[in-house]
Amino acid sequence: MSIYFELFVNFGIPLLVLMVAYFVGNAIEKKHFREIRAREEKVHGFPVISFATLPPDWRVGSAELVTGSVVVSLDYFKRIIAGLRGLIGGRVKTYEPLLDRARREAVLRMTEDAKARGYDAVINVRLETSRLANARKDGRGTAGVEMLAFGTAITLT
Amino acid sequence: MSPESRYPIILSNTETIPGKQIAEFYGLVTGNTVRAKHIGRDIMAGFKNIVGGELKGYTELLQDSRREATERMVEQAQSMGANAVVNVRYATSSIAQGAAELFAYGTAVRVA
Repeated sequence: MSIYFELFVNFGIPLLVLMVAYFVGNAIEKKHFREIRAREEKVHGFPVISFATLPPDWRVGSAELVTGSVVVSLDYFKRIIAGLRGLIGGRVKTYEPLLDRARREAVLRMTEDAKARGYDAVINVRLETSRLANARKDGRGTAGVEMLAFGTAITLT
Repeated sequence: MSPESRYPIILSNTETIPGKQIAEFYGLVTGNTVRAKHIGRDIMAGFKNIVGGELKGYTELLQDSRREATERMVEQAQSMGANAVVNVRYATSSIAQGAAELFAYGTAVRVA
């Protein structure tokens, strides 16, 4: 009895957590991407540009700084995979979708805010990434990546 | 009808306020805030960290902090007599375990 119990505690529970992380994490990621695509279609055609020089025929009414941000984290399974990848180097594929969805989410939040409040475009968009400190010294605990998108929302007259 | 602004003065991350002329420069204005994570939020985020995805508690925490840093910058600009801040930039730095500094800076100006 006790040997099986110990086996379960030492290997079974971490394996179970890993499996839950894999399946739930993947489901959450797929759902998030579906949402992002649907929302991106809604703001399609709303000008979001990364420079400040305006086309000569644009007459600007009012301007205001707008921001959008999101903090995301990788699931346990993918963090382990990324850790293994760190041993041999190369492309860390598990992190790419995470950063992609975070960045698109941040831009969407900024754009949706500007659009909902009656602005006509967002110019000079900048994107920033920052890593939040781990909760514990050993590198475990909570870690997240923050994506910030900011720009100047303008109305056209 | 122009949209209602969230701040009492005009903020922009462009070098000039689009559609307006800069009449006077007042110089650099800054605002910062250092925040630590709430333990309850941290525990929830720890669970969320297993399956990944958005950590809403942290998103809100950082948004609130950034707004506070921006408000401090705006107050400083207003005390100088400015009616706008141009070229606003944000910076974030993790300064200790579980604490982060949010920093906003820009150039206070008077536009006409």
